[in-house]
Amino acid sequence: MLYFRNLFMWNLHSEKLTLTDISMLRLPPFEYYSPESIPEAVALKARFGNDAMYAAGGTDLYPNMKRRQYTPQYLIGLHELKELNSIDFDNGMTIGSGIPLNEVANHPEIQKLYPALANAASLVSAPQLRNVGTIGGNLCLDTRCTYYNQTYPWRKALGFCLKKDGDICWVARSSPVCLAVSSSDCAPVAVALNAEYRLAGRNGQKIIAAENFYLNDGIDYLNKTHDELLVSIYIPSHEGWLMSYNKMRRRDSIDFPVLSVATALSLDKAGVCTSARIVLGAVASCPQRALEAEKILTGEKLSAEIIETSAQTAAKLAKPMDNTDMTLGFRKKMVSGFVKDAINDALE
Amino acid sequence: MNKKENFQWIGKSWTQVGGLAKAKGETVYADDIFLPRMLYAKMLGSPHAHALIKSIDVSPALERPGVIAAITGKDLPVPYGILPVSQDETALCVDKVRMVGDPVAAVAAIDEETAEAALEDIVVEYEPLPSILSIEEGLAEEKVQIHQYAAQGNIHKKVALEFGDTESGFSQADHLREELFYYEGSTHLPLEQHSAVAQLGSNNRLTLWSSTQTPHYVHRTLSKVLEMPASRIRVIATPVGGGFGGKTDPFQHEIVVCKLAMLSGRPVKLTLTREEVFYTHRGRHPVLMWVRAGIKSDGSITALHFRNFLDGGAYGSYGVASTFYTGALQTVTYPIANYKFEAMRVFTNKAPCGPKRGHGTPQPRFALEVLLDKFSEDLGVNPAELRLRHLVPSNSKTVNHLTVTTNGLDECIRKVTLASKFGMKRKNMLPEKGIGLACSSYLSGAGLPIYWNKMPHSGVQIKIDRGGGVTVFCGSVDIGQGSDSILAGIVAEELGIHLQHVIIVTADTDLTPVDLGSYSSRVTLMTGNAAIEAVKPLREQILSAASEVLKIEVEDLTIKNDKISLKDGSRELTTFVEAVQWAETKYGTLGSVGSYTPPRHGGDYKGSGVGPSPNYSYSACVAEVSCDSESGWYSVDKIWIAHDIGQAINEKLVIGQVEGSVYMGLGEAMMEEQVYRPGKSDIGGLHKNPSMLDYKSPTSLDMPEIETILVETNDPEGPYGAKEAGQGPLLPIMPAIANAIYNAVGVRVDEVPITPEKIYKGLQNIKSAKKAKNGEIGRIGPTKFPDVVFPEPVYVEPPQ
Repeated sequence: MLYFRNLFMWNLHSEKLTLTDISMLRLPPFEYYSPESIPEAVALKARFGNDAMYAAGGTDLYPNMKRRQYTPQYLIGLHELKELNSIDFDNGMTIGSGIPLNEVANHPEIQKLYPALANAASLVSAPQLRNVGTIGGNLCLDTRCTYYNQTYPWRKALGFCLKKDGDICWVARSSPVCLAVSSSDCAPVAVALNAEYRLAGRNGQKIIAAENFYLNDGIDYLNKTHDELLVSIYIPSHEGWLMSYNKMRRRDSIDFPVLSVATALSLDKAGVCTSARIVLGAVASCPQRALEAEKILTGEKLSAEIIETSAQTAAKLAKPMDNTDMTLGFRKKMVSGFVKDAINDALE
Repeated sequence: MNKKENFQWIGKSWTQVGGLAKAKGETVYADDIFLPRMLYAKMLGSPHAHALIKSIDVSPALERPGVIAAITGKDLPVPYGILPVSQDETALCVDKVRMVGDPVAAVAAIDEETAEAALEDIVVEYEPLPSILSIEEGLAEEKVQIHQYAAQGNIHKKVALEFGDTESGFSQADHLREELFYYEGSTHLPLEQHSAVAQLGSNNRLTLWSSTQTPHYVHRTLSKVLEMPASRIRVIATPVGGGFGGKTDPFQHEIVVCKLAMLSGRPVKLTLTREEVFYTHRGRHPVLMWVRAGIKSDGSITALHFRNFLDGGAYGSYGVASTFYTGALQTVTYPIANYKFEAMRVFTNKAPCGPKRGHGTPQPRFALEVLLDKFSEDLGVNPAELRLRHLVPSNSKTVNHLTVTTNGLDECIRKVTLASKFGMKRKNMLPEKGIGLACSSYLSGAGLPIYWNKMPHSGVQIKIDRGGGVTVFCGSVDIGQGSDSILAGIVAEELGIHLQHVIIVTADTDLTPVDLGSYSSRVTLMTGNAAIEAVKPLREQILSAASEVLKIEVEDLTIKNDKISLKDGSRELTTFVEAVQWAETKYGTLGSVGSYTPPRHGGDYKGSGVGPSPNYSYSACVAEVSCDSESGWYSVDKIWIAHDIGQAINEKLVIGQVEGSVYMGLGEAMMEEQVYRPGKSDIGGLHKNPSMLDYKSPTSLDMPEIETILVETNDPEGPYGAKEAGQGPLLPIMPAIANAIYNAVGVRVDEVPITPEKIYKGLQNIKSAKKAKNGEIGRIGPTKFPDVVFPEPVYVEPPQ
């Protein structure tokens, strides 16, 4: 097992350790482990507990470490875990959590079978980061907030918040819970496609539905124990389904979503919707399933009127707070039109 | 000298000097400098927007292993500032902090981690003061002053000028408009953060390497603050990875590394974090504008009156000049018969504003060009036609006594509207598509230096080696705009040699003659003219020596393609290198100097120092947008821009500058906001988005197609007729987009940035009010203007 103890680690993927002394926000000191099997990784995590974090692509982890959102003493690198890097299309799709986002976006089979997922992966951040960032990382992405994703001196000047080092939520000072926003692009799609996650923990492996994996709490936003590692994602076959993922953000080149919608629709030969799933992203601390809006579509031919009613019903779910880019009023106003567009995009 | 078609380099496109080195990673930027025994410094910033410093104790930091030195404001008490009238900064705050991030102490340690950790050890006791975070608060608050030297309360500067008789001008007008506009602040966002390294040599000389646009001004400031003779200080400007005006002040970190290097006896480096760059700022002033304008039915402007409030931030910086610039250049595009300009700059507890690309002129230009769009609708005239009817003629003086040598705006408008099919598209545009036009002008270098003196603005020294190498020494700084290429191209052109024989040595106060720096779009014109003056005598010496040896009349000889040849091109006689050796034999060591001082082009009233320039560039821009009439989301589909460059020295570099200006203009038009959290105590004054992810600026993937058209007016003041390119083309972008959005969906957004949220609100207003007349119902923009009495204006008679 590879093991480093160095403050200047920069390129974790290269064979040799590259030391760079370019001035920047510094990473806090940590020890880096590179286990070669899942049990070994999980055992390390169990041993170190909350002092350790798993590191996959690191595109969100390392910037956050530099800003001291996390100061793990130990990082458990996942690059050597070959089990995380396979894709298999037997009876649906099972995809390893370590697959880079660009591979998900550009995989011809995924584009054909789960176009919404390929699209969501293609819309995460910027091209360079998609080469490194993984699907598992995106599905477990930390919740975001304009009061939280700031440097240590900035947060100190404000007074630390509920999510890190403090006891107040700056978004809504009376809020007992953290209101940081679920900002994953792939998570709403995973929920819409009835995905199941395989987790490995110190007590063995288990399977949890994507829908149950996310919690509406900005701090405890994942329904898993600290040692559990997302190994793979299973998505059942959606042959014949229509699906879409639409993302709203200021810059299409790089930004996190300020609103997103994933849909999955099944129509019979007569054009009647037999099953519908609509999931909103970036409107709460976890993806929000629009159950009422889904019911309106189910059993109906999808006329413009039905779609409009469904979209307006879905919009009631969205209670955005003033903690992302763009104003909350606008983000709320955009939801129904956005859901409508997403349903229509799926039908196209 | 040359006929245009005979140019070897001028007007052509050749690879930027140093460009390949940058692409290959060879260029040594300030942060790439590593010296033996070098220490790393960090500064501790204030967590408060406004507070008194009761005490600072750095001794706990000094106890941390690896920390070598620590200083506070008491170690560097001498005030400084870029303008002689605004000496209101100290390297580290002495008794009070004026913004979040204001540095109060600094440490030097063996590595950056240790320095960063040591900041946490420093104990500072503050007594918070009420903070002032807006123009309105600054105008209202009289008792709590950010600076005691302010003109009144927190009003830093008041300006009031009147040219002609505006009241009688308004009475002659057929159409009057009174409008409010707001222009949000934005920052430069250079890719390279500021960085500096200092070393005190054992010869007791101090060297500072810094990513700066103005090594000469930094040199002067170091001498003042460190209380050392300038002759013992060497300032070297490293290649700058983007400046845009954000590296034109002397900065805290530059002084701090010098002091720490002197105390520790070791080299010290300090590179700002991206967050600190946002606090260092000196970017675009937020400006609230009230404009009254009168036109006749033919469109001629009888009177124009601007009232501007500038949100200056915590320090003076270039702010007094910025204030004048919000009034100076409205007059150089279209004749204005009578003109009144009033302005106030207000201190606030935010990062100091200063010069950003366009310095003080994009804000009023936005107002003026949107206003003209409204007038064109009042008159039922095509906006291009309205402008074409009334242009400031070449060889004329404006109402505020600025000299316009050449004005290429007529050709710019004609070419840009032709290329974009502007007239046709305005008539037959598809729904939700819009097209807008705007024009502008900018100066090619300020006519006056920052500090009063009559010395040259730019100096160039040339020596020729007997091996044929030509070394050009100049104080100018290449900040990516290509000023090294301009020097090389001009010298190569005049000597008839290949660029590869020209060696450029710039921006080193030990080696190079003073050039005032890379700001105010001055370098091509001023160093260019200085270089021509320096190189001409050398050319003469070489030709005269060749004439003597070859026994051919000097008038019949020329230098071209590294050869001495007959002027008629019939025969090559010898090589440039051999002729250089003949010249050295005849004249001794070959060297020469040239310098440039701008002509006195302005008026002589108080305040006339801002605005004059040897010549003015002109730009016309057409923007085409698609805008969703439900949501307000829009995209800019294409930009056409025509720029009067006078004469391109290197065409590709000019196009690069134009495209870069378009990028920056799009950012300001569409999304950029340097904004702060409101609130009196706890969270007030914190920058909202001090990171490159959260401060929204377009990326390369967000850029629309750009079509650049260069117009050449061959100006008598510029080298080979050249004008500036670095700043002017930014100016018309924002109003062109505002005008295009109105054309698309009928929403007037009288402020920047023009966000989908604002358009959406305008669309809702239109829907609820049913019909929109002249866009007023769908208008989004400021609705209130502070009721403040301006001083009696300085009255200036317009030129005859």
